[in-house]
Amino acid sequence: MHIVVCIKQVPDSAQIRVHPVTNTIMRQGVPAIVNPYDLFALEEALRLKDKFGGRVTMLCMGPPQAEDALRKCLSFGATDAILVTDRSFAGADTLATSYALTAAIRKIGQEQAVDLVFTGKQTIDGDTAQVGPGIAKRLGLNLLTYVSKINELDLDGRTLTVERRAEGGVQRLQTTLPSLITMLEGTNEMRFATMDDMLRAGRCAVRKWNKDDAGIEDVSKIGLKGSPTIVSKVFAPKARSQRAEMQEVGDGSGVNDVCLNLLQKIFTTHPTLEAETVERLSA
Amino acid sequence: MSEAPKPAMAAAAAAGAVKTAGRSGRSTELPEHLKAYKGVWVFIEHDRGQVHSVSWELMGEARKLADKLGVEVSGVLLGGPADKLEDYAKEAYTYGADHCYIMRDPVLQGYRNEPFTKGLTDLVNKHQPEIMLLGATTMGRDLAGSVATTLGTGLTADCTELNIDGRALAATRPTFGGSLLCTIMTLAYRPQMATMRPRTAPMPRREPERSGDIITMALGMIETDIVTKLLEFIPDANRNTVNLAYADIIISGGKGLKNADNFKLVWDLARVLGAEVGATRAVTQAGWCETERQVGQTGKTVRPKLYIAAGISGAIQHRVGMEASDVIVAINTDANAPIFDFAHHGIVGNAMQVLPALTAAFRAHLDKRIRRAA
Repeated sequence: MHIVVCIKQVPDSAQIRVHPVTNTIMRQGVPAIVNPYDLFALEEALRLKDKFGGRVTMLCMGPPQAEDALRKCLSFGATDAILVTDRSFAGADTLATSYALTAAIRKIGQEQAVDLVFTGKQTIDGDTAQVGPGIAKRLGLNLLTYVSKINELDLDGRTLTVERRAEGGVQRLQTTLPSLITMLEGTNEMRFATMDDMLRAGRCAVRKWNKDDAGIEDVSKIGLKGSPTIVSKVFAPKARSQRAEMQEVGDGSGVNDVCLNLLQKIFTTHPTLEAETVERLSA
Repeated sequence: MSEAPKPAMAAAAAAGAVKTAGRSGRSTELPEHLKAYKGVWVFIEHDRGQVHSVSWELMGEARKLADKLGVEVSGVLLGGPADKLEDYAKEAYTYGADHCYIMRDPVLQGYRNEPFTKGLTDLVNKHQPEIMLLGATTMGRDLAGSVATTLGTGLTADCTELNIDGRALAATRPTFGGSLLCTIMTLAYRPQMATMRPRTAPMPRREPERSGDIITMALGMIETDIVTKLLEFIPDANRNTVNLAYADIIISGGKGLKNADNFKLVWDLARVLGAEVGATRAVTQAGWCETERQVGQTGKTVRPKLYIAAGISGAIQHRVGMEASDVIVAINTDANAPIFDFAHHGIVGNAMQVLPALTAAFRAHLDKRIRRAA
């Protein structure tokens, strides 16, 4: 069984600050992490490897320093890691990104056929959730997005049954290999890295592929040139003109009065809210 | 569709990305054969007899865009024999559609990526819309990403604002966890695709007298063509259904509540008000409540009538998901917390003390009202 897990190295968005005057991102000191959603994909892939054997190949497109993210994944138990890195990838949107990753997966498949591709459901910096479906369409893989559970995998019969999160419920879907799964968050818990794997991750070479190594032929489809979308403007969100009407609790003795006061204000500024709430509670 | 711009790109964008694009040798001119693409489309999402409200919200936005462009709005309905597609079309007209495209086939009963991608792609290639909008739901995102890749066009996810610049769609979305907004355009490709989350746009007003016409098209696929089978649909048990996006009142808690035990105070107030419970990313990551309750850039977008934020500092990540709420109440010990810059009512105090007092106040007040009503 050969599984490819695609990951992205992202800035830890919880720690990003915007410069108040220039409105630019202050990146200094913001740590780069493995996109947290991708870890659910990796853990699921490792569980399948534990059960069925085979290998888990990590794939990442990004700048040279994204090697750290791949090493992190190796320390959790991935078999092998490939970083697709080339200056010509710069400025890629999701269409150009899925094109480059698709070429790399084809190349990986030449070494050993790929049965499953995993991605996270989305990244925390782009939030688009488009690269997974894009790769699936380009490779002709059966697409399974927002998967919350893998019910059954039959390697001999080449079939796969999963639960997929939908609006208001869960779809149980059956398909065949090869497939691409985007894994839903909170569906598993990342294992602890073992000492052996940590040592191996330190020694193991992360293979670096440029666009030629990755088998990319059409350079008009990668990077900025291959990206239909154009960022025309970047700006800071507008601040609300008015600050909140403030009340202070102080030492706590006046807390009941403050709350009564607030309740009156809420129900008078939004007159229908009180009647609707009473109606909902009476029902 | 753009990933968050890299810093270099963000800087370039601030200086005018269109120029940057020209320098890179990429075309920003619309080729002649794509100039025939006209009109704004909305993919109308429905499941088990119900249209998702996000489709009507998008219809309202589509109407505004189409009026600016002087073109027509169409709804797109794909479904099976059991789906009341004509009824949904009638509803679509009242929200602003001029036409509806209907594709009905047994294999389109229940959403699956493969037949829906083919159906929507074929419709686009035949009828050539310039703009196509979908809801940023598990269905809309699955479909939009597949269709955009198949068509090789641009797709902008989770837009918070849609506008027209020149003759092109200017789609604005938060980036870098909501710290910045960026406007994204697809200049040389058609259709221009965008998704919007539920509750980002307001529900448009219904105009019951409006009507329109139906254009049908066949899918041309049979069940044996489709690899993936829908074995069953397991509806969420009621207790698990978190309908945060459409809740009228939401009580949310943040890390300021200190621990999972204190988070129960949020539930107490929510019960008294018949409200839903929300949370920040830090809280769901700490496991104090389910992930589905996360409000913000990586969680849900909400616009309730009343939003009470307890122990939430108001980081931009959270703010972008809830700032459209009608009334925002913030409870925080720090008078300088950013949440007070965009809340309507602020209480400077310890949420562990304020929440129980607020719960008691609402309970007493509402009990009286309920007794009077009964």
